[in-house]
Amino acid sequence: MLMRASWWKIIGVLLLLYTFSWGFFVPVPHIGNLYETIRNLFFHVPMWFTQLTLISISLYYAIKFLRNPQPQYDLYSNAFAQVGILFGMLGLVTGAIWANYTWGSPWNNDPKQLGAAIALLIYLAYFVLRNSMTDLDKRSRVAAVYNIFAYFIYVPMIMILPRLTESLHPGGKGVEGNPGLNGADLDPAMRLVFWPAVIGWILLGVWISTLVIRYKNLEEQKINA
Amino acid sequence: MFTNHDAELATINSVNTKNPFIALFKKDLLLEIRQQYTLYGILLYIASTIFVLNLAMGSPDDKVWNGLFWIIQLFICVNAVAKSFLQESRGRMLYFYTIAGAPHFILAKLLFNAVLMMAMSIISMLLFALLLGNPLVHIGSFLLLVCLGGISLSLVFTFLAAIAARAQQNAALMAIMGFPLIIPQVLLLMKISNIAFGAVQSGLWSLMGLLLLLDLLVVVLAWILFPFLWKD
Repeated sequence: MLMRASWWKIIGVLLLLYTFSWGFFVPVPHIGNLYETIRNLFFHVPMWFTQLTLISISLYYAIKFLRNPQPQYDLYSNAFAQVGILFGMLGLVTGAIWANYTWGSPWNNDPKQLGAAIALLIYLAYFVLRNSMTDLDKRSRVAAVYNIFAYFIYVPMIMILPRLTESLHPGGKGVEGNPGLNGADLDPAMRLVFWPAVIGWILLGVWISTLVIRYKNLEEQKINA
Repeated sequence: MFTNHDAELATINSVNTKNPFIALFKKDLLLEIRQQYTLYGILLYIASTIFVLNLAMGSPDDKVWNGLFWIIQLFICVNAVAKSFLQESRGRMLYFYTIAGAPHFILAKLLFNAVLMMAMSIISMLLFALLLGNPLVHIGSFLLLVCLGGISLSLVFTFLAAIAARAQQNAALMAIMGFPLIIPQVLLLMKISNIAFGAVQSGLWSLMGLLLLLDLLVVVLAWILFPFLWKD
């Protein structure tokens, strides 16, 4: 079973070790007022990649549950959403610290910050909805429906929001952002750390989710025993 | 005396004969006309909210007027739409389900709530102009946008009302679930409505198109997901 296989966990740990070591040593270009804070790119940005990956997996299991109502799928969907929210919060915190030093204040009503905050609200509402029902079968079904509905509104939203409000992020509307930090023309030396970091964090996120799932399974076994 | 119950029976029976979608829509409409207390309840809600705003703000400037208007629409929508699934009893739901099918049922509800919310939005726009001053330069285009906005809000909240009713929850849960999801529509509406205040707006039609696309998306999602919600 892929979930229990260890090779991808080892890869994830190695990639993160590489991120945490070479990420601090790699020579970085000095752009604007970023100075050395540019290294936060290896930690802040992958949080979003991980969050989106995890909530997409959560969506996948929600759809799977509706097609074939197995309680296991609902458990997966819930666990991936929970860990996704954790990474969303980490993304907000790392972003707020970075913004405090480069943009002047932790919160700037930047469309990407808004998108992140909205995702938090959506998934917190998802947990409230789940916990408001006691009938397990109904709870799983209603939660899956909300999960799918919210996801397919959220994804267009993060594409629309940047068109409506001005952004400080690179490639945003209004301000030039920080040239050289665009995904397309990222410094080659940094790119060699950035993409491994993204993969490493995603693998870590999936690993944590599988641990949550295994923990919940054990919990259930104990209750049923 | 023609009671509510008779009216329902008459319309419910017609579900069999005519197009179920039209029949279900007519049933909702008839119920609303006969059980007038809910309609008056929403109207009173609109009137008293805007009256309180009048006392609190007097006549605010354009930006505040616009912001207040759409936020009030949001709350009106939650209140107007919340009851739409709670009034149906379990047995009757099953009956509709067997004779009309879930897709017809949700589409009829969406249409009915869109019409209801459109009317409420127009009324609240008139009250806003009356009580909070009228900063609108292009009243016609704002009216069109108000109709469109009422429809957009009602579509999202109708589906959330279905979810909340299934979870046996009240309007509070609807607000929790709905407010983060409605943000793109509300932001788009506020942005587009600037044009009615005389501001020059570039890319107006692409913003309008975006709003319509979002509405379409919500209808399609509701149409696909609703059957799963009501299956027992």
